[in-house]
Amino acid sequence: MSIMNYIRGICNTNKTANVAKERLQIIIAHERSQNRNPDYLHRLQQELIEVIAKYVEVEEDQVRVQLDRIGENSILELNITIPERSLAAQD
Amino acid sequence: MAKIIVITSGKGGVGKTTSSAAVATGLALRGYKTAVIDFDVGLRNLDIIMGCERRVVYDFVNVINKEASLKQALIKDKRTQNLYILPASQTRDKDALTQEGVGAVLEELKQEFDYILCDSPAGIEKGALLAMYYADSAIIVTNPEVSSVRDSDRILGIIASKTRRAELGLPPVTEHLLLTRYSPTRVEKGEMLSIQDVKEILAIPLLGVIPESESVLRASNTGVPVTLDENSDAGKAYRDAVGRLLGEDIPHRFTTAQKKGIFQKLFSREGAPA
Ligand SMILES: Nc1ncnc2c1ncn2[C@@H]1O[C@H](COP(=O)(O)OP(=O)(O)OP(=O)(O)O)[C@@H](O)[C@H]1O
Ligand SMILES: [Mg+2]
Repeated sequence: MSIMNYIRGICNTNKTANVAKERLQIIIAHERSQNRNPDYLHRLQQELIEVIAKYVEVEEDQVRVQLDRIGENSILELNITIPERSLAAQD
Repeated sequence: MAKIIVITSGKGGVGKTTSSAAVATGLALRGYKTAVIDFDVGLRNLDIIMGCERRVVYDFVNVINKEASLKQALIKDKRTQNLYILPASQTRDKDALTQEGVGAVLEELKQEFDYILCDSPAGIEKGALLAMYYADSAIIVTNPEVSSVRDSDRILGIIASKTRRAELGLPPVTEHLLLTRYSPTRVEKGEMLSIQDVKEILAIPLLGVIPESESVLRASNTGVPVTLDENSDAGKAYRDAVGRLLGEDIPHRFTTAQKKGIFQKLFSREGAPA
């Protein structure tokens, strides 16, 4: 690595615009998921819990449904934590 | 068909009133009969930027309360043909504007005008909500700065849910991003969010980029909208933005840092090509 590249590398990490962009992306993703959730999201979560509960034992707070928007696309994220014991009980 | 456009931002002091005056002037220069309304009740400012503060007799609230006719309250611009200003009231009564009252005034304006611009107050309170309620399009004024971009995103969410179009399930309000106080030099140094950064985060079409410019303060000092300053980079950028609003395909200018020669540095005011 040349000395110029090295210096540039240091400068890049100091670029506050990059920090600004990162902070914005995080806060906006969070706020959109709070504010722009369509009404059906809560019902979707309830029904998913019911379906999952038919097969494994899960607590309500172990199912998380989240809708994020990145640019033009929406991402529906489903996060289920299944406790070891309910899997073991299946066998 | 008359078109209602709200100029809004959430955050205060980002350039809504400057942009309202500049875009209204630009539309009128293009021959469209244009009215620009100050929705900032209690903090009237548009009259100053338009240079008509001494001609205010009646205001928006007088018209809503039927204390004056629209004809009496509208101020005809002295410089630009086809341009009219409806000033805000200086009352401290927060409830001076009502949804029905605003609707009735806009309906009457629609009979006469091609474009009706609503200069929104900052915030997400009643005044800002009423300014956007009847809009067909929204110009989101944003500075390349974290809190401004965040507030713009917030406002976009509100436009998508709290406007007449949203409530009635009509085609949604058309969104336009107007990035103002942009400094290409600082962007190139990595000190300021770039056009790309802001576009990527807000994901709405870019109407224009207005550079940070000394000519904006000069315009406000003299009460002449910056659009009329032939030598101003900001004025040119606003005229371009108006063209795009009318559907023209115009490349963006003043988005990269000018490498000024020593002579340009010494003699030019703005150093931007015409
Ligand atoms: N492109 C620009 N270059 C330099 N200064 C600017 C630019 N645009 C706006 N300003 C300055 O920023 C300040 C705020 O502008 P303006 O009053 O238009 O903002 P606003 O959004 O209407 O504020 P408020 O939320 O209080 O209504 C003014 O001093 C104005 O001169
Ligand atoms: Mg203002």
